[in-house]
Amino acid sequence: MIANFGYGVLVISFMVTLYSVFAAIYGERKQIPAMVESARRAMLLTWPLLTLASLVLIYLLVNNHYEVQFVYEVTSRSMPTYLKVTAWWGGQAGSLLFWSWLMSAFASLVTLRKWDRDREFLPWVIVVACVTMAFFIGMNVFFENPFAQLYQTFDGVAAHTLRPADSILFTPEDGRGLNPLLRHPGMIIHPPMLSLGFVSFVIPYAFAIAALVTGRTDDRWIRLTRRWTLWAWLFLSFGLVLGGRWAYDVLGWGGYWGWDPVEIAAFMPWLTGTAFLHSVMIQEKRGMFKQWNMLLIILTYDLVIFGTFLTRSGVLSSVHSFAQSAIGPLFFAFIGFTLITSVGLIIYRWDNLKSEMQMTSLLSREALFLLNNLLFMSILVVCFWGVIFPLISELFTGQKVTVGPPFYERATSPLFAALMLLMGIAPLSAWGHSTIRTLGRAIWKPIVGAVLITAALLATYTRNVGALIGFFLVALVILVTVYEYWRGGYARQRSQGENILTALWNLTGRNRRRYGGYIIHVSMMLMAIGILGIEIFQMETQGTLKQGETLSLSNYELRYREIAQWDDLPSGVNYRRAVLDVYEGDEYLGQLAPRIDYYYDSQQNMTIPGQRSTMRDDLYVLLVDWEPVAATGATFKVYVNPLVNWLWLGSLLFLAGVIIAAWPDKERERVAVPVKKPVQQTSAAD
Amino acid sequence: MGSSRIAFYSLLVTLVLAGLWAGSASAQGPTPTDDEVNRIAKQLYCPVCESTPLDVCPTEACRQWRDLIRTMLAEGKSEAEIEQYFVTQYGARVLAEPPNRLATYLVPAVAILLGAFMLFRGFQMWMKPSVTEADLEEAQPSQDPYVARLEEELKKRK
Repeated sequence: MIANFGYGVLVISFMVTLYSVFAAIYGERKQIPAMVESARRAMLLTWPLLTLASLVLIYLLVNNHYEVQFVYEVTSRSMPTYLKVTAWWGGQAGSLLFWSWLMSAFASLVTLRKWDRDREFLPWVIVVACVTMAFFIGMNVFFENPFAQLYQTFDGVAAHTLRPADSILFTPEDGRGLNPLLRHPGMIIHPPMLSLGFVSFVIPYAFAIAALVTGRTDDRWIRLTRRWTLWAWLFLSFGLVLGGRWAYDVLGWGGYWGWDPVEIAAFMPWLTGTAFLHSVMIQEKRGMFKQWNMLLIILTYDLVIFGTFLTRSGVLSSVHSFAQSAIGPLFFAFIGFTLITSVGLIIYRWDNLKSEMQMTSLLSREALFLLNNLLFMSILVVCFWGVIFPLISELFTGQKVTVGPPFYERATSPLFAALMLLMGIAPLSAWGHSTIRTLGRAIWKPIVGAVLITAALLATYTRNVGALIGFFLVALVILVTVYEYWRGGYARQRSQGENILTALWNLTGRNRRRYGGYIIHVSMMLMAIGILGIEIFQMETQGTLKQGETLSLSNYELRYREIAQWDDLPSGVNYRRAVLDVYEGDEYLGQLAPRIDYYYDSQQNMTIPGQRSTMRDDLYVLLVDWEPVAATGATFKVYVNPLVNWLWLGSLLFLAGVIIAAWPDKERERVAVPVKKPVQQTSAAD
Repeated sequence: MGSSRIAFYSLLVTLVLAGLWAGSASAQGPTPTDDEVNRIAKQLYCPVCESTPLDVCPTEACRQWRDLIRTMLAEGKSEAEIEQYFVTQYGARVLAEPPNRLATYLVPAVAILLGAFMLFRGFQMWMKPSVTEADLEEAQPSQDPYVARLEEELKKRK
């Protein structure tokens, strides 16, 4: 009964979003303000409706209503309540509902806050948001109903939205339980974070389409959505990092990124989103490349849908399962429809989107930003090709192939290196004009510093050419950024008479976007240190040990002390936990305890590593195999992952950088207040 | 006569079998270590689980495949032979990269070069032909207000 109620609410939400689309278009076309207002109110209704539907689903999940197929598939009696709640996005139907719910929240936020200011755009923003939402809710209503219930008929048990004739409701005793991999804290936050990133990129896209439809193609839509874009980018970036951390902690292969198509699906909109964040600045400062910015945000939107499509349609496992899945072809059609419509709009407004200024120098900031865009798009091309190549191969030759990490690493590493080089040069170039001479004057000191650091590394740490190039670029970017920052702070210190720390603080406060961006650059370089460390210097070994025996890797020696096995009946988990003593030379460093957790409900193993983490390296031990009856001992796999902690440290700094860049600016509001005091002498550092 | 012929053939077969056994036994070296097995397993992809290298795949099937690699190594098979065996058995998808490298790399390379070419042509189109390096040098200080003010400030205060 309650499940049917939930489904009913979904159906109503679907109709309300459709109404909102048509009312907004009709009202805007016929210039009937009441109609547009009605569309807005209808859209505002979607959030409470979808919240209600979600609450119903959560109620069913928490209260073990296994007659509901979705609840049966993702929960079990042994799961704690908080996991039953997060199982909301643990399966296909629920995650689609979660998507729509977030979308409705964001769309409501936009139209609630600044309706009068953005009056011209908002009807079209409603149209785009509601078309997207209608698509996702429609998926739930027609194909992936999270409220479908299990019915017993003569043919067996099957899930149906409505009770078939001659059937009775079938309630299994227990559910199948959430995939144990998804029970990790990282996995609880990682998918919603990615969804947040995905969904919030719909807002700038909606404004872009509104700008195209209304013909207001100046940079107003960009200014209005700048902060949205930054937050969307933050969520998406952080979702990716959390996914990496989760993989490192749970997947048990000693890495954080495996170039898996699902990972790449989330990485692709990040690439276009990052390119967009840079290139909109060209439009704001120089009035150029309007068509390109439009295209970038359209691509980002469609890659967001494509990402959801890749992970949800089954196309990745095989093109045949794609053809059989109900939602795959629909996603495909929706992507086609939005892409063609959006690009059609750009072509329609092509002349309005002409540049206001011309490019004057190949070394100007805008030219370098374009190079940055080229590199991001190149990485996108590599990723996109890598993901679709197996599908193309299967479709045309019938041969299934794998495109694994070697392809991506070989194809993207020169592109990433070029991006880093650009990150070192671009902050020193000026809008409009820069020459080799002006750039050379600014960059020679950081280059000398970076060369010295690289020479020191060559003498003490490594002779690997790839690593040395990487470390040189890291050093260059960090030195350039610190040098720029220091120059600004120094100027401000002298002009304002502040001490250097206050000067740097105020400098950041007055130019949040610039200095937030610099902090993000530095954070990316810290991450690069971690990536270089694990990619180039990772070591591994595996061995079967009897108690008291040792295994050595790098400077470390591990002595197998003991193993224990026990059942945790309330959680339905069997634990096998080994204990090893860790030594470095003669020094005893402590114990590590790798585990294998076996989940009875889903009949799956989870390999939890024992980790010892320092800024120098991570010692990462997995219990690969142990049978209680065999006398052969236990098999361990040991990795030494140098510098990987810099990756996580960098991601924290990254968070700080984006928050600084996206923090609401009070400056503009202050400008609006009439100033009576005499204007102080302005400083460059302001 | 008949029985002696049978005895002769039996002896022959026994000898041949013994010889084969001895030959295979002498080809077997010491048991390969886990690291040697993993080095090859790392290059291969689990034919069952999507996108999982064979050396880290936790399933029972993959454990058996790793044991198979160990047996083949012990039999003196080379890395290429083992890879070929898996490709024959399970198809090209067990390789980390498609066998046809050219097709894999050519398309993105061409697309990127095309993008670079378009950007280069774009630069040529957007640049004002009349602007020279010297003009730029002169015009530079006033262009970016932030940089100009910063430079001026630094000059003044040093």
